[in-house]
Amino acid sequence: MRGHPLHHFFRPEALPTAFCPGCGNGLVAGAILRALKRANVDFQKTVFVAGIGCAAWIPSPHFRADSLHVAHGRAIPTALGVKLRRPELTVIVVGGDGDLAGIGGNHLLHAARRNADLLVVMVNNFVYAMTGGQVGPTTPKNLPTPTTPYGNPEYPMDVARVVAAAGANYVARWTTAHLGELEKALTKALSKEGFRFVEVVSQCPTRVGGRLAMAPGEALRWLRARARPVGKAGPEEMEVGEFADQDRPGLLKTLRGEKNA
Amino acid sequence: MNHSEKKFWSGNIAVAEGALAAGVDFYAGYPITPSSEIMEHMARELPKRGGIFLQAEDEIAAIFMLIGASWADAKPMTATSGPGFSLMQEGLGIAVMTETPLLVVDVMRAGPGTGQASKAAQGDLLQARFGRHGDQILPVFAPFSVQDCFDLTVFAVNVAEKLRTPVVLLSDELLAHTWEEVAVPREVERVERRRPRNMEPPFGSEDPRIPPPMPRLGEGFGVLMTGSTHDPWGFRRTSDPGTHRDLVTRLWEKIWRNRDWLCRYQAFGLEKAGVGIVAYGSAARSALATRTLLSGKIDVGVVVLQTVWPLPEEPILKLAERARFILVPELSLGQLIFDVERIVAGRCQVLGFGKIGGGVPIYPEELAEKIAEEWR
Repeated sequence: MRGHPLHHFFRPEALPTAFCPGCGNGLVAGAILRALKRANVDFQKTVFVAGIGCAAWIPSPHFRADSLHVAHGRAIPTALGVKLRRPELTVIVVGGDGDLAGIGGNHLLHAARRNADLLVVMVNNFVYAMTGGQVGPTTPKNLPTPTTPYGNPEYPMDVARVVAAAGANYVARWTTAHLGELEKALTKALSKEGFRFVEVVSQCPTRVGGRLAMAPGEALRWLRARARPVGKAGPEEMEVGEFADQDRPGLLKTLRGEKNA
Repeated sequence: MNHSEKKFWSGNIAVAEGALAAGVDFYAGYPITPSSEIMEHMARELPKRGGIFLQAEDEIAAIFMLIGASWADAKPMTATSGPGFSLMQEGLGIAVMTETPLLVVDVMRAGPGTGQASKAAQGDLLQARFGRHGDQILPVFAPFSVQDCFDLTVFAVNVAEKLRTPVVLLSDELLAHTWEEVAVPREVERVERRRPRNMEPPFGSEDPRIPPPMPRLGEGFGVLMTGSTHDPWGFRRTSDPGTHRDLVTRLWEKIWRNRDWLCRYQAFGLEKAGVGIVAYGSAARSALATRTLLSGKIDVGVVVLQTVWPLPEEPILKLAERARFILVPELSLGQLIFDVERIVAGRCQVLGFGKIGGGVPIYPEELAEKIAEEWR
């Protein structure tokens, strides 16, 4: 790690990470840190808030910034508490699809609706990976998991579209096979106010790849091959790009009574 | 001289005013009767004073907003009632583990479930103490008058800051909607949480009675806060038996070993008590009225508990030494009585007076009748 260009962003005591070999979380961590650098955000004035799940471990304990690691699903309200009280800080939530769209789904909807001044990065690996790869709100229909041994009977949620519909200022989806685009989206999101949501579709070699007999490299090629621009995806394909990009005043302003929304 | 001003307030308004006087500057909550007046009062007052008010999407969000705000240097509070209090247990557990100062007011109403919105009851005592999973303790206070709603809220906020802990204030519907005169001091004591000097560990202390200092976010401290088992610097150590043992024990001792000043009560006529009553909240008001009703006939000593967890044991023991029996009236089937029996430990007889009011209080007449019957 020493000599790595992002080395100084990490707590040495926290390394090596607990992530599985081939996990997408390292790629997401790199994209977030490079975006912070590009957007000139002061790392000492950045607070990361995480719930429970593999992706929640990206900032905590690894990043050498302030981090609050709270209960499953509750990162967004915790982050909002921080931001309302200390508006000058950059507050970033990092979590998984189960954490943010499953158990924390109500908080996600309402943070988008009230245009809360937060950046939320959702790593979507399609399952509850930390607890064993059980079915989640984003699991594709028919995929077998430990709690859907006969295949997932339910339909997945298109979280980026839901968050855009709820009123977020900025929504984008990329994958771990689109690191350049992801970094650009995160940089852009950091420069905006209001609610910003970036979904990163990521590989889980342990809980999903293992089941599908798909190696991490193969999974990245699979993600790349299925990605289509927003509005141009067919069945079995996945939209990537920007789903919302507007400049409504954020909650901090509307709370102060600025009514030019 | 700290001259006071006279106000005519309901219990709910006195709680909100007490919180403001103590320096509460952040409120997030979800509307629920019979607590809503507290929230509405804060919605009006906080923005005028530079504070922050937000109506959350649910009670779970509300308490986690408090946790975030507290780490960002706020003195936060919320108020709720039974169903909302149940939802907040999750956040209270995280607040205990992360040593996050905050105040939750539970204005008790009749349960279980959605129960009897919004009639008086005292059924949440054991939930306030033990509603969360895991070994844990947090201070629980219960006012018994509108004046006490103000005074005890100030005390509760200061305890949260001093001991770096979540605290619960248990009010009930009867107190919440009772209007009384309140003497409001011009100045009240405000305790501020301790900050780290020279990189002191934020989650460890030599003397368990003294909480570790709490760093501010955004000042380069590199705060590492987690609701999981952690070492004095905040690093997760969930597989280390010693770390877990030390942490959970220290969090318990932080409250337990400060009982001497934490445990508040008021005693009435203990010296000559032929009969004793131990009560809290609105039931304590019925007890005091009963004492007046029986004066000249039977000497009734009353211990009004203002701290209901941990419990002031000394006045109960004093009562047990003198009284022929102790009566424990409560607007529930009996929760406080378990403690009184444990503390009294056979020194005298302990009789319960548990009542499911269904909307009516414990009447002094029925208590007096019970005492007269047992006294014969």
